[in-house]
Amino acid sequence: MSSTSENFLVGIFDDEDILLHGVEGIRGKGVKIHEVYTPFPVHGLDEALGYKRSRLPIAAFLFGLTGTSLALTMQIWMLGFDWPMIIGGKNFVSLPPFIPVTFELTVLLAALGMVATFFIVSDMKPYKTPRSYDIRSTDDKHVMAIDLAANKLSKEEIGQILKANGASEVNEKNF
Amino acid sequence: MQATSSVRESLITGGKTVRDVSEDISRHVENKPTGSWWIAMGISLVLFLFGFYCLATLLWEGIGVWGLNKTVGWAWDITNFVWWVGIGHAGTLISAILLLFRQKWRMSINRAAEAMTIFAVICAATFPLAHMGRLWLGFYWALPLPNTWGSLWANFNSPLLWDVFAISTYFTVSLVFWYIGLIPDFAVIRDRATRMGNKTRAAIYNALSFGWDGAAKTWMRYESVALILAGLSTPLVLSVHTIVSFDFATSVVPGWHTTIFPPYFVAGAIFSGFAMVLTLLIVTRKVFKLEDYITIYHIELMNIVIIITGSIVGIAYITEFFVAWYGMVPAEFYAFYNRATGPYWWAYWSMMTCNVISPQLFWFKKLRTNIAATFVLSIIVNIGMWFERFVIIVTSIHRDYLPSSWSMFYPTMYDLGEYIFTFGLFFTAFFLFAKFFPVINMAEVKSIIKSSSEKKH
Repeated sequence: MSSTSENFLVGIFDDEDILLHGVEGIRGKGVKIHEVYTPFPVHGLDEALGYKRSRLPIAAFLFGLTGTSLALTMQIWMLGFDWPMIIGGKNFVSLPPFIPVTFELTVLLAALGMVATFFIVSDMKPYKTPRSYDIRSTDDKHVMAIDLAANKLSKEEIGQILKANGASEVNEKNF
Repeated sequence: MQATSSVRESLITGGKTVRDVSEDISRHVENKPTGSWWIAMGISLVLFLFGFYCLATLLWEGIGVWGLNKTVGWAWDITNFVWWVGIGHAGTLISAILLLFRQKWRMSINRAAEAMTIFAVICAATFPLAHMGRLWLGFYWALPLPNTWGSLWANFNSPLLWDVFAISTYFTVSLVFWYIGLIPDFAVIRDRATRMGNKTRAAIYNALSFGWDGAAKTWMRYESVALILAGLSTPLVLSVHTIVSFDFATSVVPGWHTTIFPPYFVAGAIFSGFAMVLTLLIVTRKVFKLEDYITIYHIELMNIVIIITGSIVGIAYITEFFVAWYGMVPAEFYAFYNRATGPYWWAYWSMMTCNVISPQLFWFKKLRTNIAATFVLSIIVNIGMWFERFVIIVTSIHRDYLPSSWSMFYPTMYDLGEYIFTFGLFFTAFFLFAKFFPVINMAEVKSIIKSSSEKKH
């Protein structure tokens, strides 16, 4: 274990609506929230926490574009230049029959590229064990972690603010 | 905040809480398998092994063991291929298209339906691979890989090659989409195992859950990924059966050379896929006691999709006949006349009865909300859809241009064995899935518990 310990205050919320109001109230008091862990996607939570929209769609588009150009280049080069063959008297390079494969490779690369990007930016991999602030966060509790080092307010003051904004429990967690 | 009409029936019954969802769905993964699971698994494995014997014989002897002849060069193999691919389509429709349309009733059924898609596509792929005769060279021949003949590249003008790309893309993207959805649920099982002190299970599901922590930022990205994957899967699923129909539609064989094939095949695929989802889920909800999650309302909605797609298919059958008559091409007209009145009349009329007439029974609310009736009809629909592919494929080619080449197709034990092999494979995979994976998407169901449960806020 690392020698420097990180101290967190963990607020537990029982309900997503209380959580959403709580996040606004707590941020309004100037408390910096490290992260909120929820058992299911809570709509509006990303905006309440002030997160910017994910740029993954842009990644998907770029990967898709790579797939399109790769597929077209491959087909045109193989059947048009590397070994041209007369098939049914058609042109060596005719676009319409190349469309299905182009479309499929566009979709394939867009999907795989985006998902790979998602895993990388979210640091998700098979052998990773996540840091658990409260194990109930995958069951039915919404768990708010507050890094004490990042906040100027004292532990007691933050605990008061959490309670006042709907947290059903406030615990300490050190790593 | 979600607004839900009070006119709509509740999607989850029994006044479930978020806690109950974790408990009810994870229980099947955590408990020891029941006796009925072992029996079902045993039967599937017997089918699988018999089929495997037939497949091994085919690989050893060559495809001559099938009942194909010079005239009927495509029969059960391609029939089964199209049938299985079609079945897969419902899973993608439920998980992708219904997500784009924000249909919340998909949430209880999408996981099992997507699993069905993946297994069905694997089953489908075995037929073209087996038909190549040399299974081990299948991928080498089908993909544009450098080779010692030049390189002599694969023919990108051929719909059969488009199929290779379409099916493999479809399989990969469906698998990824399914797995992304599974990750948060694996984390639920991981954390439950940690709390129960089951170290082995916790370690296995920890690896499967990719270190999922449920952070708000990860959820935001996750939802973005799910939406884009749905947006990619929607044209993908339509393209797959369109390309499968191109295998026939781009040929010049009367009966195949038809421009309505793509939409007609896609509608048929969704039709048969929903029937298979119903067959599987009616059994699953009973065995795993999931009646509160997969309700009569879900079954009714799926039956409505069956009426719609069944009617589209029915109109397509009639349109084909109309065009064959109106088009005044004698060969085309004969192909259809022979289909309905020739030696395969029984297959044609079985198809018409199962696919066009029987789903119309679902116009009666009593029948579409009745479990037993739905179960029987879902099987009838799939029998009908098998006959549809058989009719299109075999009746169009068995009477060749020269009457001296006219022939019939008689399946051998190995034709049947291949089909049984895929059934064994499909059900073995499905039962393994049902035992080791959460059969319902817990995270999604939890997110609608408040707005859609009987217990109002």
